[in-house]
Amino acid sequence: MNAAYRHDGYAHALETLGAWVLALLWIAPLIYAFWTAFHPPEFSTRFALSAPLTLVNFVNAWNAAPFARYFVNTIALVTMVLVGQLVICTLAAYAFARFAFFGRDLMFMLVLVQLMIMPDVMIVENYRTMNALGILDSIPAIGLPYMASAFGIFLLRQTFKTIPKELDEAARVEGASALQVLWKVYVPLARPTYLAYALVSVSYHWNNFLWPIIVTNSVSSRPLTVGLQIFSSTDQGIDWSIITAATLMTSAPLLLGFLLFQRQFVQSFMRAGIR
Amino acid sequence: MNKYSVHIHGWLLLLPAAALLALFTHFPAVATLYHSFFSNPRKGREAAWVGLENYRVMIDDPVFWQSFANNLWFALGTIPLSIALALLMAVWVNGRIAGKAFLRIAFFTPTVLPMIAVANIWLFFYTPQYGLLEQLTSLAGLPSHNWLGSRDTALACLVVVTIWKEAGFFMIFYLAALQGMSPNLAEAAAIEGAGRWYFFRRVTFPLLMPTTLFVLVNAVINSFRLVDHIVVMTRGGPDNVTSLLLYYIYDVGFKFWDLAYASALTMVLLALLGLLAIGQFVFLDKRTHYQ
Repeated sequence: MNAAYRHDGYAHALETLGAWVLALLWIAPLIYAFWTAFHPPEFSTRFALSAPLTLVNFVNAWNAAPFARYFVNTIALVTMVLVGQLVICTLAAYAFARFAFFGRDLMFMLVLVQLMIMPDVMIVENYRTMNALGILDSIPAIGLPYMASAFGIFLLRQTFKTIPKELDEAARVEGASALQVLWKVYVPLARPTYLAYALVSVSYHWNNFLWPIIVTNSVSSRPLTVGLQIFSSTDQGIDWSIITAATLMTSAPLLLGFLLFQRQFVQSFMRAGIR
Repeated sequence: MNKYSVHIHGWLLLLPAAALLALFTHFPAVATLYHSFFSNPRKGREAAWVGLENYRVMIDDPVFWQSFANNLWFALGTIPLSIALALLMAVWVNGRIAGKAFLRIAFFTPTVLPMIAVANIWLFFYTPQYGLLEQLTSLAGLPSHNWLGSRDTALACLVVVTIWKEAGFFMIFYLAALQGMSPNLAEAAAIEGAGRWYFFRRVTFPLLMPTTLFVLVNAVINSFRLVDHIVVMTRGGPDNVTSLLLYYIYDVGFKFWDLAYASALTMVLLALLGLLAIGQFVFLDKRTHYQ
């Protein structure tokens, strides 16, 4: 684990073996899904090197449900939530980091409450609220409860606090307003935090399921996760080839993004985790 | 700037976030309590004040108690194992090991995939007769077993999926902490003749305590929050053995449309999370001793 303990002979070999066995176990379900999705149904539970590769499962899945619409909905949802979060959390974090306003500590405590009581468990009341607002079954109804993210506020506040006050004051002397200072000094310097938060947020809302399935009721607002569940539980019986193809299809953008930018992903999750 | 402008600026900047938090976090928490004292509105009849009736129903509801117990078992099954595995993974991936990049990807991949999607894959894995697990056990000569359909194994199957999904996520936090540790510590310990396990037990692990607490809090919250895979894999069955609290709230509220009772059930979940918050507050004080 450390350079000082590098040469361990047998023990080290044993550990390497253990790590590899665990890693293979960890991706086995995914490899299994790939096998099933890219082979004809008769090979979905039979493993033979002669099995022909095919894309027909993906074509069938795509044609069996309005996945194009679900993709559009999810992309709209993820974008809306992210933009809303970035604006709202940036303003709030700036207030907490640099303005000693009346009631600041109490308000910060009230913000942190959301780390424990997340929108995920408030399904009953938030459903009533959306009903009262008359926006059930819409994409904003899925995103609104998550817009003011305590996690985002916390993360950005920490970052803003590390930025030297002298930069802030220098800009003020030049005659910049509070918002101009935020935009010209704080936001550019916090770029790595924004990237980290954006990756965490996008993967969270791409994957979110329980609240969307409660609040949506039609093809025009359902995100991919809900569409996939409805597709695999009702439309398809037990045609595993098509279900796994649909499953891989819905995860593909995240999986591809992760494999291409895995260093940024891992570092972002790390950065987001250090509080 | 005059002396009021800092207050005005601060509050104006905070206003959008405060309004949304009030609407979707603080108000719902209070409204849940309020609604838990009312009956459901029916056709031509308003919701009526029923006092503690919903809570009385809850105490006599065997499914609630079962979900509560299931949730505790689920927490007990997922939390220690996922944390231990995460730590092991992080130590491996942080050291000099062949194929480090691959190992890191393999451990972390489940984290970025939608739970709803991977639950479908696991459902297939557990399928009776021709699922992969059945094929493996039949190769080993074991009798056929309906893993998700049996009262004895269904919850354990969900625990396995949850550990698989979470461990790589927690690994990241341990990895970050390990990378922040000074290599001098290990060198000094090696020179002093401390063994590797001794060094881990007496130096690394105590230094990782803040991370462990952070991960622990997250793991506990997740054990009350993660129910996506239940919707896909078991729907709380068989005989409610895989029904967790949040899943039961979802069932009661949005399948039977008994929102009043669901509010009372939500209060239990809120009380548990509140206790956790207090516990964390107490622990956070102690945590400073390690820094």
